[in-house]
Amino acid sequence: MSDSGAHPLQTADPAAPQPVLSMRDLTVSLPDGMERAHAVKGISFDLLPGQILCIIGESGSGKSVTAHAVMGLLPPSIKVTQGAIQMGGTDILAAGAETLRDLRGRKIAMIFQDPLSALNPLMTVGAQIAEVMMAHGVGTPDSRRARALELLDEVGLPDPPLMYRQYPFRLSGGQRQRVMIAMALALETSILIADEPTTALDVTTQAQILKLIRDIQARKGMSVMFITHDFGVVAEIADSVVVMEKGHIVEQGSADAVLRTPSHPYTKRLIAAVPHLTGTDRAHPVAAPAKAEPLLRVEGLVKTYRSGSKLFGTERVVKAVDGVSFDLWPGRTLGVVGESGSGKSSLGRLLVKLMDSDSGSILFEGSDIAALKEDRFRALRPKIQMIFQDPFASLNPRSTIGHILTVGPVAHGVPYAKARASAQDLLTMVGLDAGAFGRYPHEFSGGQRQRVGIARALMFEPKLLVADEAVSALDVSIQAQILELLDKIQRDTGVGMIFITHDLRVASQICDEIAVMQRGKIVESGPPSQIFLNPQSAYTRELVAAIPGEQPGS
Amino acid sequence: MLVFLLNRLWQSVILLLIVSIIGFTILNLMPGGPLAQFALDPGMTQADMDRLAEQMGLNRPLPVQYFDWLMRMLRGDWGTSFRDGVPVLDVIGRHLFATLLLMGSSTVIAIGIGTWIGIRGATHRYSMFDYSATVGAMVALSIPTFWFGLVGIYVFSLRLGWLPAGNMYTIGDGSVLNYLHHLILPSIVLSLVNVAVWSRYMRSATLDVINQDFVKTARAKGLTERRVLMKHVVGNALLPMITLAGMQLPSILGGALVTETVFTWPGMGRLFLDSLGYSDYPVVMGLLMFSAFLTVLGNLIADVVIAMVDPRIRLG
Repeated sequence: MSDSGAHPLQTADPAAPQPVLSMRDLTVSLPDGMERAHAVKGISFDLLPGQILCIIGESGSGKSVTAHAVMGLLPPSIKVTQGAIQMGGTDILAAGAETLRDLRGRKIAMIFQDPLSALNPLMTVGAQIAEVMMAHGVGTPDSRRARALELLDEVGLPDPPLMYRQYPFRLSGGQRQRVMIAMALALETSILIADEPTTALDVTTQAQILKLIRDIQARKGMSVMFITHDFGVVAEIADSVVVMEKGHIVEQGSADAVLRTPSHPYTKRLIAAVPHLTGTDRAHPVAAPAKAEPLLRVEGLVKTYRSGSKLFGTERVVKAVDGVSFDLWPGRTLGVVGESGSGKSSLGRLLVKLMDSDSGSILFEGSDIAALKEDRFRALRPKIQMIFQDPFASLNPRSTIGHILTVGPVAHGVPYAKARASAQDLLTMVGLDAGAFGRYPHEFSGGQRQRVGIARALMFEPKLLVADEAVSALDVSIQAQILELLDKIQRDTGVGMIFITHDLRVASQICDEIAVMQRGKIVESGPPSQIFLNPQSAYTRELVAAIPGEQPGS
Repeated sequence: MLVFLLNRLWQSVILLLIVSIIGFTILNLMPGGPLAQFALDPGMTQADMDRLAEQMGLNRPLPVQYFDWLMRMLRGDWGTSFRDGVPVLDVIGRHLFATLLLMGSSTVIAIGIGTWIGIRGATHRYSMFDYSATVGAMVALSIPTFWFGLVGIYVFSLRLGWLPAGNMYTIGDGSVLNYLHHLILPSIVLSLVNVAVWSRYMRSATLDVINQDFVKTARAKGLTERRVLMKHVVGNALLPMITLAGMQLPSILGGALVTETVFTWPGMGRLFLDSLGYSDYPVVMGLLMFSAFLTVLGNLIADVVIAMVDPRIRLG
C-alpha cells in the first residue's frame, strides 16, 4: 500500500483489459525561471477501456499539462523530457506531427473549460462539427451534414436543423459545451479528454453535462480522462482517480477506495477541505443582538438594464434586480446564492452603490442610502466595504501592500502613522507576516492576496462587508482557510456580511441565512437547515439536487 | 441591419453638416479673404473691390453665404475655382485619377505585404524574422517619407537610371507601360510606412487570436496547421483590421502631400496645397468636403463589412 501512490494498480490477471492509453514515467519540463523545474515529474497511469478516470489536483498540480501532453498540444516552451504515452501501439511522444494530427479528433478528442471561448465565433455550429470529419477526409459534404445533425440530436440540443445554422454567440454555456461534446463524438473517438468541462457552468447545467458525459461514455464504451479540481464531481462520475500534487501523482486507485479510504495525507487534506453541505445552522455564542433595528434593511430594490434603441423598437429590458427585500443584523451573514444571470452580483453592486438603483430603499443604520448622491454618500463609504472575486485583478500590481491598505484611510483623513500601524495589525490578523507591508502583490499566492483584499476592506473598520464570490477563484484547501478567517473576523468585530456566491456548499458553511435568487427575485430565504433539508420552492430543490457528489445532510 | 444602416446614415449626414459649417466659417474668418489676391494688383481700387465682392456675393452675411453655398453644393454646383474659372468638381476630377492610381497601388502593396509580415511575425514569434520585421517597421516609421523618396530618386533615377525621377507619364507617351514605369518608385516609397503600420497591427491582432481557446479546439479536431491558421486564426484576426482599412479610404483618395511633391505627381495632395496658397477657397472648401465625405464613407463601409462578416453584429 505504501507505494501505491507511485505506480498504477496493475493486476497480474491475464484477462485484465488492455489499457487504451498508458502513460509511463512522464516528465515535462517548464522553462527556466519558473517556480519549479518540472510541470509534471515521473507520472504513470493507465486508462482502461470504458472507464472514466478523474485526474484531480489543485491549481499548479500539472493536471492540465498532462492532458495537453496526451493531445500533443503543449505550447512550444514546455517540453516533454522523459517518458512514454502508449496508445494502441503508437507512442504519442515519439510520433511525428502528422501522425499526431491524424490521431487528434479521430482517436482522441478534447473538450475545454470555457465553452464561451472554445468555439470559433465566425463559423456556424454545424460547420464546426462537420469540420472534424472534413479534417480526416470522412464522407461527403452531404453525409457530414447529416451526421452533424444526428450528433446535435444525440447531445440533446433542441431542433438540430436550426441549431446547425446557429452561431456560437446565440448558445448558452451549457449548449456550447454540448456542441463541443458533439464534435468529440463525430468520429467515435476511443478517448475523450475533458479539461474541467463543467467548472465554468452553473450547478444545474453542470449536473446535466456530467450526466450527458456519463451516458455517452456508457453508450459508446469510450474511455474518458476527466480533469477536475472538484471532489464532488469525482464522486459523481469517476471509476478511478489519480490525485496530483505539484506535478507528482500522490495517490491513485478506484474512486471508491480513494474517496472512502484515502491513504496519502494530501488526499485526506483535500477531501477534508471540500466544503460540505451542512444542514445545521450556524452557532453563535452570543444570542442574537436585541437591537431593535437591523444593520441593513433593503426594501423593494429594483434595477433594470436597458439596451438597444427605443426609437427603433429594438430596446431590450432586463430586470436584474426585481423587488428584492431583506434584513441583515450586525454580526450576521446573509448568503445570496443563484446561478449566473440571477442578479446576485448586480444586487451586490447596488448595495455598495457602485451602481444606482431604479427604485426601492436601502436603509443602512436607519437612513436610506439608495437615493443619496455620490458626494453625500462618500462619508459613509468607509462603513460599507467590498471583497472582490479575483485576487489577481483586484490589487494594483504597481502598489505595495502597505500602499494598498493605507491609501483609502489616508484619503479619508487618517494620519499615515496611524494607518500604518493598523495595517500592520490587520496583516497579522488575516494571517500574513507584518513584513508583507513593503512587498508587492505578485510576491503572494492567490490565497494570500485574498487575505490582503480582506485586510484592505477591514482598514475602515466597516459595519458591512459585501463579499462577491470572494472564495470562488481559490483552491478548496485555501477556500476553507479563507472561510474560517471570515468567520473569525465576524466573531471578533461584529461586522455584518453579505456573502454572494454560486456555490451552495460554501454558502451553507458561513451563512446564518440564505437568500436564493432567480431572475432578479428572491425565490426563497431562510436558514441553511431550511434551504438544504426542507427547501420550499421548486427552484431551490433543483439547485440543491444538482450539487455534485452530495446528498443534503449526509 | 436596416435599422443599423439608417442610424449610421443619419449620423453621417449630421457629421458632414457640422464639418461644412466649421470649414466654411474658418475659411471666411481667415485674414485676407477671397479678395486678397486682387488687392496685390495696384490697378485695383476699393470701388473695384466692392464691385467684385458684390458680384461674387461676398458682401452678404456669412450665414446667408453658407446657406447659398450649401444649396448649390447639394444641386451638384460646387462653385468655380478663383484661380482658373474651372468648376471645382472638374478640378477635383482631374486630380482624382492620379491620386487613385498612386494611393491605390501603394495601399494594395501595403495591405498585402503587411498582412503577410504580421501573420508570419505572430506565428514565428521571437524568431529572426519577427525581430527583423519589428526593427524594419521602426526604421520605416521613424525616417520621414521624403528622405526615402529622395534616396530612391538618387539611386534608381540618377545613379542607375532605371526609373523616372518624377511625373506620372512622359508627355507624348500615354501608354500603360509608361504609367507603370513612373508609378513604381513613388508607390513603393509611399507604401513603406503603411507596410510598417499594417504589419504591426496585424501582428498584434493575430497574437490576440492565436492564444484563444477556439484555436486550441481547432487543433484538437485534428485540422492541419494550415487550415487552423487560414480558417480560424486569420479570419478572426482580420476583423479589427477592417476598421483600419476603412480609415485608409480618405487617404487613398485624399492624396499624399509629401510624396506627391517629391515625385511631382499631379494628385490631390498637391492640389490642396496649391489651392491654399492661391486662396482658392471654392476648391479648398470642395476638397475639405470631399475628404470629410470619404472619411465618413470609409467608416460606414468598414462598419457594414464588419456587420456582414461578424454574425455577432449581423444577428445580435
